[in-house]
Amino acid sequence: MTTTFDPYASSRETTEGTVFSVTGGDWDSLVSEIGESKEERIIVNMGPQHPSTHGVLRLVLELEGETITEVRTGIGYLHTGIEKNIEFRNWTQGVTFVTRMDYLSPIFNETAYCLAVEKLLGITNDIPERASVIRVLMMELNRISSHMVALGTGALELGAMGPMFFAFRDREIILDTFEEITGLRMNMAYVRPGGVSQDLPAGMGTKLREVVKTLRKNFEDNAKLLIGNTIWMKRTEGIGYLDLAGCTTLGITGPVLRSAGLPWDLRKTQPYCGYENYEFDVITADTADVYGRFLVRMAELEQSLRIIEQAIDKLDALEGQPVMVADKKIAWPAQLALGADGLGNSLEHIREIMGSSMESLIHHFKLVTEGFRVPAGQAYVAIESPRGELGAHVVSDGGTRPYRVHFREPSFNNLQATSAMSEGGMISDIIGAVASIDPVMGGVDR
Amino acid sequence: MTQEQNGMFGAAGTGDTSGYGGLVRTAAATGSTERPYGGYFDDVADDLERAYPDFADAITRVVVDRGELTLHVKKSRLVEVAFILRDKLKFEMCMGVSGVHYLDRTGAELVALYPLLSMTKNQRIRLEVATSELDPHIPSVVEVWAGNNWHEREAFDMFGIIFDGHPGLTRILMPDDWDGHPQRKDYPLGGISVEYKGATTPAPSQRRSYQ
Amino acid sequence: MGLEDKLPSGVLLSTVEGLAGYMRKSSLWPATFGLACCAIEMMALGSAPKHDISRFGMERFSASPRQADLMIVAGRVSQKMAPVLRQIYDQMTAPKWVISMGACASSGGMFNNYAIVQGVDHVVPVDIYLPGCPPRPEQLMDAIIKLHTLIGDTKLGPNREAVIKEVELAAMNAKPTIQMKGLLA
Repeated sequence: MTTTFDPYASSRETTEGTVFSVTGGDWDSLVSEIGESKEERIIVNMGPQHPSTHGVLRLVLELEGETITEVRTGIGYLHTGIEKNIEFRNWTQGVTFVTRMDYLSPIFNETAYCLAVEKLLGITNDIPERASVIRVLMMELNRISSHMVALGTGALELGAMGPMFFAFRDREIILDTFEEITGLRMNMAYVRPGGVSQDLPAGMGTKLREVVKTLRKNFEDNAKLLIGNTIWMKRTEGIGYLDLAGCTTLGITGPVLRSAGLPWDLRKTQPYCGYENYEFDVITADTADVYGRFLVRMAELEQSLRIIEQAIDKLDALEGQPVMVADKKIAWPAQLALGADGLGNSLEHIREIMGSSMESLIHHFKLVTEGFRVPAGQAYVAIESPRGELGAHVVSDGGTRPYRVHFREPSFNNLQATSAMSEGGMISDIIGAVASIDPVMGGVDR
Repeated sequence: MTQEQNGMFGAAGTGDTSGYGGLVRTAAATGSTERPYGGYFDDVADDLERAYPDFADAITRVVVDRGELTLHVKKSRLVEVAFILRDKLKFEMCMGVSGVHYLDRTGAELVALYPLLSMTKNQRIRLEVATSELDPHIPSVVEVWAGNNWHEREAFDMFGIIFDGHPGLTRILMPDDWDGHPQRKDYPLGGISVEYKGATTPAPSQRRSYQ
Repeated sequence: MGLEDKLPSGVLLSTVEGLAGYMRKSSLWPATFGLACCAIEMMALGSAPKHDISRFGMERFSASPRQADLMIVAGRVSQKMAPVLRQIYDQMTAPKWVISMGACASSGGMFNNYAIVQGVDHVVPVDIYLPGCPPRPEQLMDAIIKLHTLIGDTKLGPNREAVIKEVELAAMNAKPTIQMKGLLA
């Protein structure tokens, strides 16, 4: 149809066959050209820029009509080299890098890294209880906000726009809470090796209880919209089926594994941060499809609220306890307070280090410029992130910088299931399958 | 790594006046931990020895450090050990392949680590396989645990470890025509110095580092 | 471009400029180019009832670059993604604008290494740089409002050629950053 050469609107022969570049307005010429060729199969690229592939994920689909015969997943479009970057920073600065891997659940990344570093330091039992309870509180709040994005964007990709608004409304409530506690909405660098960077502000207990009440009421909105909704169920039931054998061989964990029926949750089976002292249920479904995973995520929201309520009660009992490990050669030295010129070191701390305690001054200086040393060895710590098992493998050579930090991201493994879930289905089903896996490409590519 | 470290705070060879310059610390020795290992590690080691008669030949070191069991496996026996661990000892899940590059261990620079998880018995162990940079081949365990497909591709992409028997070993994170293996220690970080008014800040790899 | 470029400069042209600027800025359609963490803040701006991008008429994020006017590069651009970014930019029809959202898009951010393009202006021309890691939705709104002012003041025809000449001359004579002296030079 076009008479001038347009690099985006022609068909050309390559070694693999004819390649069509579609621009619009030429659909009839495209169809007639395809109709002339004897090939029944066409290869379609759902490229890295696509509204429905949950981030920069490239899906190469081989289609026969509407049915997918083969799916190849292309990742790496968000590779940041975080793991190599950490090797040039000290142990505490590693937290700021690690937090940006899986950007929907930054607290989980930080906690996995800090637990691994603390294991290498050997101070796992010396972490103050208040710090562990705050970590649990932040992790569960993060779990809710991450599941909200999963539900909202998953629904949006399948065509439902309403849940997205409700989900992001609830997420805003949680992000405001994060901002009050840590100072930032996302990528907070709050959990540090040894504890957390600063204590909760005064009056947080009441505010958190209000938040829990509001969220519990708000979760009803999404539930009423989607659970039992005929269109939603038709689009999600029986889609993206992956049974238990498939999950274990592919190393899949998290809601996908729990939707296949296995109640495997690291918070219950290999507890960390004091999770054994909290009462909550592990949610499973037995349908192993997209609808099952959706139900699992919705029910996990309520369980997270239960844990948060228990954490708030524990925090009230532990009022005034330290939030950093007692060993001054490791504990992050800054005591932050809001002053006339913004957030900075509190005046008492400055008075102490400049006036009375030489050791405090030395510790502050050395820890901030050089950092602490971690004895040589390696450790692997796994925690239950909203997407599955998040493992941090940390290798130290005894110095102030990590020798090697590798993250076993759940989305990296879970995304391998795309082919198993979608081949034989239709294009519209692959969207639901990928949405139910809930991959976060920052974690996949690191 | 059997290294001696001198001094507490401060880089070596500088005018360190902290008074700790005379301290000499040796890092952990490279040898096997002695029995009993503690916890379930003894059971795992015994079960493996019973199920795999060539245990002493294939497992070169057994290290129990910080509450974790690491079995150093000879790379030629990796797939056999993997099958036995999966089928007889019920380590159904492999949590991926983590690569490490040690510049100073001549002959065993590239190391691949396989954390294993047994859900039936709630146990974790780790396999460590070392290979030399000049012959960076390790047999692939994709037929044992299919989830390692992408992990081995990542280890190949980042470290250059070639997994024999992998169904499709190509680059996964870097562009397909990239040169070099970025996470090796001799590959530069690649940062640029940042320009400000009147001065520059060096790239992270050029900044001062403490030992 | 169109008829508006052929008008001689004068009162008629400035009226047309004002009208065209007003119409172009009133319903910019952003192209979905969310990459990493900044994309989540962009989604919060787009769909959270608290920060509501529909106040600008921009809630219709256009997946097809052919129908988009604005590309908000939200997130870090890796070496593998850079050609894709350029292709999407090329597929957008003029007039088009680019906001580079966040520190990683503006300058490479905290990732000064082999894998990240140090600033998306190596690949596409940028109109507004928005710092932050990630920038709050309110900051993104501020950037969009500044972009609206920019678009509303775009000159057309002979006025535009004069502006282009002026900008080019200023860029040729500008001092490179490293030669500037003083804190607020």
